[in-house]
Amino acid sequence: MRHPTSRALAVLAAGLLATTAAACGGGTTSGGGDGDPKTLTYWASNQGTDIAADQKVLNPELAKFEKQTGIKVKMEVVPWTDLLNRILAATTSGQGPDVLNIGNTWSASLQATGGLLPFDPATMAKVGGAQRFVPAALASAGAKGKDPAAVPLYSLAYGLYYNKKMFADANVEPPKTWQELIDAGHKLTKGGKYGIAVEGASIPENVHQAFNIGQMYGADFFTPDGKPQFATPQAVKAIKSYVDLIAEEKIAAPGNAEYSANQSLNDFATGKAAMLLWQATTSGFTNLGMKPGDWGVVPIPKPSPAPPGGRNVTSMVAGINIAVFKNSGNRDGALKFVKFMTGDDEQKILNKAYGSLPAVTSAQNDPAFDTPDLKVFKDILATSAAPLPQVPEESQFETAVGTAMKELFADAAAGKPITEAKVKDKLAAAQEQMGK
Amino acid sequence: MTSAKVSAAGAARAEGAAAAHGAGPGGSTGGRRRRRLPGKALPYLLLAPAVAAELIVHVVPIAVGIWMSFKELTLFYIREWSKAPGKGLGNYRVAVDVDGAIGADLLRSFLVTLAVTVLAVGLSWLLGTTAAVLMQERFRGRGPLRAIFLVPYALPVYTAVMTWAFMFQRDNGMVNHVLADQLHVTGGDRPFWLIGNNSFWALVTVIVWRSWPFAFLVLMAGLQNISRDLYEASALDGAGVWRQIRHITLPALRPINQVLVLVLFLWTFNDFNTPFVLFGKAAPAGGDLISVHIYHASFVTWNFGTGSAMSVLLLLFLLLVTAAYLLVTSRRRPAHG
Repeated sequence: MRHPTSRALAVLAAGLLATTAAACGGGTTSGGGDGDPKTLTYWASNQGTDIAADQKVLNPELAKFEKQTGIKVKMEVVPWTDLLNRILAATTSGQGPDVLNIGNTWSASLQATGGLLPFDPATMAKVGGAQRFVPAALASAGAKGKDPAAVPLYSLAYGLYYNKKMFADANVEPPKTWQELIDAGHKLTKGGKYGIAVEGASIPENVHQAFNIGQMYGADFFTPDGKPQFATPQAVKAIKSYVDLIAEEKIAAPGNAEYSANQSLNDFATGKAAMLLWQATTSGFTNLGMKPGDWGVVPIPKPSPAPPGGRNVTSMVAGINIAVFKNSGNRDGALKFVKFMTGDDEQKILNKAYGSLPAVTSAQNDPAFDTPDLKVFKDILATSAAPLPQVPEESQFETAVGTAMKELFADAAAGKPITEAKVKDKLAAAQEQMGK
Repeated sequence: MTSAKVSAAGAARAEGAAAAHGAGPGGSTGGRRRRRLPGKALPYLLLAPAVAAELIVHVVPIAVGIWMSFKELTLFYIREWSKAPGKGLGNYRVAVDVDGAIGADLLRSFLVTLAVTVLAVGLSWLLGTTAAVLMQERFRGRGPLRAIFLVPYALPVYTAVMTWAFMFQRDNGMVNHVLADQLHVTGGDRPFWLIGNNSFWALVTVIVWRSWPFAFLVLMAGLQNISRDLYEASALDGAGVWRQIRHITLPALRPINQVLVLVLFLWTFNDFNTPFVLFGKAAPAGGDLISVHIYHASFVTWNFGTGSAMSVLLLLFLLLVTAAYLLVTSRRRPAHG
């Protein structure tokens, strides 16, 4: 309780110390499980509603793998709040799992640490070959021009969800352009209900929308050689149009500016807001009392006419990648496990259970992925999705820009005017924090 | 070394003083004394395991932290951390450069932390003292009331602060319900507490709520040691309650207050959990305490070198404040005592 920062430092320092033993031994293959070819350690990310739900989904599959290969997988489901810290500690100490899940936006950052096994052509061949994977998903597994640091496992995309009944009552059609979204929002905002809900204090949600809408305006947050450039005119326009949902248009409730614990999902599911920009989900709504069929989904509408330089992208490639820890003592077993998890059968079973889309093309044809919702997302992923910037500084970018947008939302909700100049200043300040 | 034959304690002390005056190596005195009195070595031997543990648990990590502050320890080097390139004073330069974005933000966070700390410690102390003095007299229900007062201190931090976070929500929170719907003091407005500038007051409220019971507990214990006779005697002399508090209670509590204020100051200044749970990773400017700020500036952005440099600066500042505080308060004590 007394010195949390120094305690956090101490944890890192302890990690550093722990490596001295390994470093002095000169071995680089130590760590990563115990080197027993018959066991593997697997860190799974929390995909279900809770950790028990994940265990229920994954344990039968791990048993299947053990039956096929004789390798026992010791699984730990790591909550999202801990996952990145755990991976960092594992990287510093060299003591970690054999196989792990990572958020695909971390790929390039973790790739830069050198802690993950690169999937060079030979390694890739061992898990079935690069051609198996959905190209946009594989592009989110590491920096361009480098061997991927992971392979995609579950794929997701953003779409615009709308409440069918509220739309019918107000006699509006699902929007096809950003202006139609605004117009629909104005019609739906009345009697304490709002047109759209946003997660204004959530750093990842903010930065994901900055990217999704930014692409429509042709905004690049990094130069081709990887230098941050946040305050471009395109980015300013894109982010302003998003913050304006509260500021100028007032079709989102001002209280949304402090949402960061999925309250916007709740507002949508309980009919307080008619639209929501969200990643593919079913259980997210049904758990809150909606029934399948109560909602519809369309791609996030683009501004029309398209701004100069605007791209045909409506969503980031969201999803989870699976990676092998470089220090794994059982690399062959680890790659077998990755091949198993990305095989057609497992892809169908797991993605069905989680409501996500398979990351391999051949598994996507299963009828289970032909629901009206998933058809839309499949189409988005195939034609209009792009990976977030795959640069090592990606996580700093998320923090800096996501925080700047949180502050803009706070100002908007307090009734302060949001001008392009103000957005530009915030983004410029965010870029300065990158220390470059 | 002939003086080793001197055995009288007084002579030994005189010799020590002489050595100190002569600016001789102070260590030699102790060494000679230890050799002469081998029995004195036993305590040190018994302490050795604890000292070793202390070194491993506290001193070594601090040393590594200081080492890190001179390195360019970014994500590119954490795997081969021993090969991280040196950066000299570069990390410190970034941290104290108030013209740059990082340094300016650090300074702003420092000033906010100072303001929050002074307010929160002052209010906690005031509340704690008031409650302790009021509870000094026996009355019906004193026990249960004392217990209730201690609840905030006994609750787990996360549970308590998350409850506050719910209460501070703009649309459904209890604070706005009371202020806006019941008392109508906000002029029909529903202020934000978790974002924007009001976050400062939200944070002060939660910290005071959490730390005043500690002040209350410590002062209550201190009051037990004040003899009732003093109060009775002063009452006979015609002293009122206020005079008694000023001339009996407060002077008697002085040594306790000295430690209490220091501990509250250090705790509040370093508080990480409260702002982190209340506001999340990116605290608004008004509630951006320095611990969270350093975490944000280093662990979230993976720049551990700069984070370490900021932590070392924080450590130095707190050391300085503590030393100055103890020096000033200890020197003043005899005048009152």
